[in-house]
Formats: sequence, C-alpha cells, structure tokens
Amino acid sequence: MQSQCFLPPAGPVQGMEEVRLCKNRFKASSPGAGKAGGAPIRDYAPGVAQSGGTIPAKQPPSKRRERTKRGGNGGKAAAYRAAPRPEAGTRSTRRGTFPPSGMGISFSVFQDQAEQFFRSGHTNNWAVLVCTSRFWFNYRHVANTLSVYRSVKRLGIPDSHIVLMLADDMACNPRNPKPATVFSHKNMELNVYGDDVEVDYRSYEVTVENFLRVLTGRIPPSTPRSKRLLSDDRSNILIYMTGHGGNGFLKFQDSEEITNVELADAFEQMWQKRRYNELLFIIDTCQGASMYERFYSPNIMALASSQVGEDSLSHQPDLGIGVHLMDRYTFYVLEFLEEIHPASQTNMNDLFQVCPKSLCVSTPGHRTDLFQRDPQNVLITDFFGSVRKVEITTETISLDSDLAGFESKLPKDELATEPQKYAEQLPVAQIIHQKPKQKDWHPPGGFILGLWALIIMVFFKTYGIKHMKHVF
Amino acid sequence: WRTRAGGQPPLQAPAGAELWVWFQPTVTDVDKAWKELSNILSGIFCASLNFIDSTNTVTPTASFKPLGLANGTDHHLLRYAVLPREVVCTENLTPWKKLLPCGSKAGLAVLLKAERLFHSSYHSQAVHIRPICRDASCLAVSWELRQTLTVVFDTFSSGQGKKDWSLFKMFSRTLTDACPLASQSKVYVDISPKNKEKELLEVTPPPASVYEAIVQGDKRTYAVYDLLSPSLFNTSRSLNVQLKWKRPQDSSELPTPILHAQRYVSGYGLQTGEISTLIYNTHPYRAFPVILLETVPWYLRLYVHTLTIITKGKENKPSYIHYQPAQDRRQPHLLEMLIQLPASSVTKITIQFERALLKWTEYTPDPNHGFYVSSSVLSALVPSVIAMKDVDVEQSPLFTSLFPSSDGSSYFVRLYTEPLLVNLPTPDFSMPYNVICLTCTVVAVCYGSFYNLLTRTFHVEEPSRGGLAKRLANIIRKFRGVPPL
Repeated sequence: MQSQCFLPPAGPVQGMEEVRLCKNRFKASSPGAGKAGGAPIRDYAPGVAQSGGTIPAKQPPSKRRERTKRGGNGGKAAAYRAAPRPEAGTRSTRRGTFPPSGMGISFSVFQDQAEQFFRSGHTNNWAVLVCTSRFWFNYRHVANTLSVYRSVKRLGIPDSHIVLMLADDMACNPRNPKPATVFSHKNMELNVYGDDVEVDYRSYEVTVENFLRVLTGRIPPSTPRSKRLLSDDRSNILIYMTGHGGNGFLKFQDSEEITNVELADAFEQMWQKRRYNELLFIIDTCQGASMYERFYSPNIMALASSQVGEDSLSHQPDLGIGVHLMDRYTFYVLEFLEEIHPASQTNMNDLFQVCPKSLCVSTPGHRTDLFQRDPQNVLITDFFGSVRKVEITTETISLDSDLAGFESKLPKDELATEPQKYAEQLPVAQIIHQKPKQKDWHPPGGFILGLWALIIMVFFKTYGIKHMKHVF
Repeated sequence: WRTRAGGQPPLQAPAGAELWVWFQPTVTDVDKAWKELSNILSGIFCASLNFIDSTNTVTPTASFKPLGLANGTDHHLLRYAVLPREVVCTENLTPWKKLLPCGSKAGLAVLLKAERLFHSSYHSQAVHIRPICRDASCLAVSWELRQTLTVVFDTFSSGQGKKDWSLFKMFSRTLTDACPLASQSKVYVDISPKNKEKELLEVTPPPASVYEAIVQGDKRTYAVYDLLSPSLFNTSRSLNVQLKWKRPQDSSELPTPILHAQRYVSGYGLQTGEISTLIYNTHPYRAFPVILLETVPWYLRLYVHTLTIITKGKENKPSYIHYQPAQDRRQPHLLEMLIQLPASSVTKITIQFERALLKWTEYTPDPNHGFYVSSSVLSALVPSVIAMKDVDVEQSPLFTSLFPSSDGSSYFVRLYTEPLLVNLPTPDFSMPYNVICLTCTVVAVCYGSFYNLLTRTFHVEEPSRGGLAKRLANIIRKFRGVPPL
C-alpha cells in the first residue's frame, strides 16, 4: 500500500494547519469494502457535513470509491481545515440528487445513519505510556507518565490493557524524601503513584527495541501477557511518550535514540497488521512536533507539546523534593483530564486548546490529516476511557448445583504407601562424601589434534620414516 | 539487614531479587523451563526477572536443599539466580497483595499501604511454594503457599525519640475485621521479658491470651490478638495495638546472633581487588559447619589460588569445596565451601580478583554507578541452647519454620551478606563525538593547509587606490603634515 506523500515543509510547523496533504490510496484497497455493514471509518466519505439534514442515503459503492480516488486531495483539504466549513447546501449539490419527497419521514433515519458515521467503531482501548528518562533530576518525566496513567485508569482502562514503561524508579529512589510517592503538584497534593500501580517495563527494560517490539507485536514467545500489546483491529490505542528529545528523535535512557522515521514505520507495521483502529499519539518533549512529521499511516492523530525549534518547559519545582515535578504541557493536560469523567462528551478540539502559549511558553501542535473523523466528533473518552459493554439479563443463574458437581470432581489424591520425609537442609556427611561429578569425555578438539599432527610430522621429518620400527 | 541494629532476622533476603527453583524430575529441559518461568514471574510480580539468564544463573551443589517434601535431591534440577540491582517498590507489592484471598480489602492486609511500608529501614517480601505433609502421618501431600513481608520501622528516629509504637503510628490505619476467607487471623506481639525483668512494657488493649514459643533458639513470649474471636471488637470497632515502655531504656542492645557475617571489597584502582568475607560464630562452646555460596559475575575474574580461609590466625581447610569457573559472557563463578567454625571465632575468607573489560554495548545506561556483586549465602544448622519441638501447622502456622528441622537441638538459618558494588573500567561514552570533532579538526587544519599550499596560485594584485575611508584619512594626514597611507 503505497502512499504518495509530500515531504514535510522545511520550516517550522504551525499549530493549527495540517502538516502534509497526502493522497492515500489505502481507502480504495481497504478491507472495509469486504466487511459486512462496513466500518464507518473506512468508508468515510470526506466532505459529509455535520448537520444532519442534507445527508443523502448510502451512496452505491462504485460511486464512493471513484470519488475518493479523484477527490482525495481536495476533499480532505475541505474536510479537515479547522477554518470555516463549506455550507451543507453547496456540498449536497455536488453529491447528486436527493430523493425528492418522503424525505421528511426518513429524516431521522438519515440522522441516525449520519450519527453512526461519526461514532468511532472501536471495541476496546489500550494505552502504551512510556517514560524514557533515567536519573533523579528527570523526576518530572516519570510524574508526567504516571499522571496520564492515573487518568487513564480512572476513566476505565484496566491494568491489563495498559503497558506502562518507566525507565527509572523515582518512588523508591533513595533520594526521594517521601518513599513510594510521586507527586505532580507542589506541596505534595496529588500522589500519582498511588497504591495499585503496575509497571510492566522497568528500569533497564525500557529500550528502543522493547518499545518497538511492544508496538509491532514481535515479542519473544515467553513474554508474559502483561507486557504485550494485544490489540486488534478494533482497538483504540493511546500512546504517550515523554523524555528528552530533539528534532526528529527521542532519547531513551541517555544511551540510545528513536527517530521519527522509525516510529512512523512502526505505526505502518501496526496498520498493516491491523493492530489498531485509531491511534492517538501524544508526545511531551522538546521539539516534539518533529516526531509526528513522518507519520503516513491512516487513523493517527498526534499531539505534541512544542514545535520544532522550541523547548518544552517544566512547570514547577518542589522545594521539599528538590526537583521539578511536572512538565507544563502534561500538567495542563492533567488538569484538563481531571474534569473528564467516563460519560463526558468533551471532544478533541478541547484537548487541542489545552495549554496555549501564554501558559505553556511553547506552542503545542497537533496533526489530524491522517485521521478519518473530524476531531470535533472524537470524544476524549474514545482514547482515554474504555468501552465497557454491559448486558442486562433478566434470567437468574444459580451457582449451588455447580459447586456440588465441582467438589465431587476433585481428583482423589493417591496416598503414598509410606510417609514422606522433608529433605534435610544441611546433610553434612552427605555433602562431604559427594562424589565428584564425572566429567563427560569429549573427543579432543581441533586444536589438540592439529598440535599432535604437527609434532608427529616434525618428528618423522627429522628422523625419517625408517626409524618408525624403533618407535613402536 | 543490619545485624547490629536488628538482631537476628526472622527470614532474611538478599539485596535485589532472588529466585530459586527445584524442578520436578519429569522436566527434560531444565534451562528452557527456567527461562520461561522467570519470564512469567516477571510479568506476575512486575519485576525485571526476565533479566535472569545463563550469565547470572548457577546450579548450587550443596546449598538450597528443597524446603518441602522431596524424594531425592539431584542438584541438576536446581537453579538459583539473584538480580542485585532490582528495586522493590509498590508495583511489586501490588501483585503480592493480589495473591492474598481477601486482597488488601479485609483482614490483616488492610494495614499494608505502600506509602507507610516503604517509609522504613528495611523492606522485603517473599513468596514460597512447597509441598508439605497434610497431617502428622504424612501420607498425603498438600501444597503450601507462604507469603512473607518483613519491614523494619524506625520509630525511634521518627517517633520523637520514644520507642513506643502503635499500629496507627506505623501504618496510619487500624484493624477492623478479619478476612472472611481466613481460618485463622492473629496478631502476635513480642513481649518477651529481657533479663528476667517483668513489667517493663505494657501492651494495650490487654491481650486475650499469651503464647510462648521458642524461635531461633530463644524463648519468647507473645501477646495474641485473635481477630476471629468475637470478643475482640466488643469494646471498640477497631483494633489499635499499642506498646509503651514503662521505663526509658538506656541501652537497647539486641542480643548478638550466634552466626552473622559481613562482606566487603578492598583494593585500589580499576585493575585488581579483593573480596573479604568475615563470619562470626559467637556461640561460647559449640562449633558448627556452615556452607558459604558465592556467585561472582564473570567480569570479575577470581584468582582461586589466592583463596585463603583463616580462623583465629590459623588456616582453616574446608571440608568440601565446589568451584565452577566462569565462562566469559556465559556463566558466573560459583564457589561453595563447607567450613567448620570453631566456637567463639571469626573466620576471614579472602579471594583476589581482576576486573575485565566489557564491550561497549554491554554497559548499562548508567555505568558509572558501578556493577553489583550479589550477596553470598550462608546456610548453617545453628545449635540452640533450648530444645525446640516441632510446632503443629494447624495450631500456629506462623511459628512453623520455613526450614524443616530434623531434631530440636539446632535450627536452620540462612543468612545473606551485603552486596558489593564494584566499578569496572568504564569508557567515556561521549568519546565517539569527541573523536569525530578532533579528527575532523586535525584533518581540516593539516590537510587543508597542505592542499592550499599545493594548489593555490598567487597573482600580483594592483594596489587599489583605497576606499573612501582611506582617502579621507589621507586628507586629514595631509593637513597634519604626516606622510599618507
């Protein structure tokens, strides 16, 4: 699946515009056509307006496909600019004729279908939260990651669906005056470490290789489940990275880097293996916008705390702990997320407004051109919260009968014929008289054989072969 | 564990994470099973146990006999590994608490909140699984899962100079009920009188019963609070055990344990060094043997010919030595010795080593911190003054020792020494950048100069009349009467 993308512009990327205009041909060959009742995402036709009234019924597939092929460029530009939208009226004339009468009756049906187009089609949520910095003075990066972890857990994503990677241990660091705590606010108001944190990748395990393996799923077979990203094509994944970075790279643990090209390729691998439905990528480092410049896979929305050439700054030091506690961007994101509850309808546009330049000193940026839906229609809880399917049933299930059957099915232990003994902990006599292990006999190796061959050859060269009978 | 401050530890653990497993005889590939098990456990306990591989795994031949019922002990089925760099923090406590039947929601485990538990001088948690006799006749086998948590709170330094403590002060919460799934839920408070003096301390609320036991050769008295007995919560909804000392203690010396050890590294420079282990036997008249197990990583090359064991000034020959030399990047050193410790003596074991150079990719991201050498393990059957009898599992499970003992005259103890931190010769990791800068500068200056000399041609240039500034300057000079420029 090739995508013809223009290279990113050489200058700094401005906040609210798209970075690139890509003519992606993935929509033509997407499996959405094959899916029954199609994923609304994949068959999303650009330019469909938000107002419900003028949306026509489902277009015949051939017409839709031809439209995407031809109108990829311009259509997308029309859809994703944050600036004024074209009116519904003009757009409808482009689409062809409406069914003339009977429209009033099926108006609500169309509205429902339209609503369905905008709702995300994910069934589970995952989060990969990475802190890449080591050493005590990078306390704030761990606090950043843990505050996102806390918000994500609070909004419903369970620990089994969160892969948390912390490159160093701040909570139980000998330099921490309050052990087992990581604070995000001054005066130790909020302990983001909590009491039931589960860190999946710790300390030396946070490497570029492990991170890419988690994303792409190419992990050694004996990796435990809590360290795997077991997402499928209906998962919405939130990826949050923080640390020290530069123009086009992010530093891992002071010894290696990951580049934006590698990251984009990893996401493309994820797309090709259908490991995500939609992906939200947030990065809080210096020059963070450079990390999302190279993405070319669909359904990715990216946010960064600063543009290329700008530094992300830290928020506030705490005099009791002695280091900066949080970075500014994540601090304001945390404050924003604290007001979200699992049923809130806040959308992504509000998240884009978090931390303007007056508070953050750097200019946060975002990128939505690869994303199918309008950010206005994307709920925060699509990525930060979790989908929980609750089915209400009216029939009762009785458990007693099961228990009785279970107990009778317990295997009867075979009783040993004679009593068993505990092993002796320090059998001195047995140890002293332990026979030495017989070393297995190995045939002589190449070196020994060669040495002996050399000696024999030299011997016979000096003394001649006729002396052999004197040897034997 | 600080022996001088804490006395004999109830169950000691080495620094970092330790894993040892006896595999069943039916396992064909023990190494593969070991690797898979360490990976799975690293996921369960949120620890980096997946770093256990052949470079830090050893197969001891005399120590670490199985703790439970066992038919034979073929040491090929045993694997032992220590990761001294591991940190113990809340993320290890969380899965530990999840193994409890009530979690941390009811029973004694409500006290276990991470913020207080880690604000301590010593914190250790352990999980042991072993097969045990189901009853006295020992014809049927049950599996026992034993979880231990050892924490030393320093109330003296944090408690305004008084040694009084209470559950609320230590854990900032109190007990409210017992776990409904528990068949026994008790709190034991050590109120043993020292030097036969009574009435030195006072425990509130007054205990319902008192239990006497012999723990590690010492006769101790415990106040028992049974959370399952209905009379405990009659007066108040919560149980807050408090202990107050009647008289201020002048010197609070804990009795020195009979066996304790120390280890340190000496030497200077980054080439050689020496590891010394001191083992103290403070028993007045009994001698007993001790097994010392040392695991040294391959990058410290031990010189076994310099191994000396000196007791009371004389050389002490061990009854049993097993030494497995290291293979670079594959296996660590394993040294196991059975040493006889005479009564009231100090034994010093020294061995010299040389530091190896690692490849630059083998260094950790923070190599200037140093590299850890894991603790050595001492296993001994320490003779006890008082005869001990086996405690029934049903009656008081806390006092059945983890180490089954055959007779009552001695108790088994396993001690760990301190880990060592050695510095390896570390390259300057910023050197590639510096080398590139330096080389490019040298090349530019030398080669550039040569190139210029060889290829530059010289032309005669007409002297220009000078710019505007020169003409103005000449005019001024003419006025002054000075020759022009």
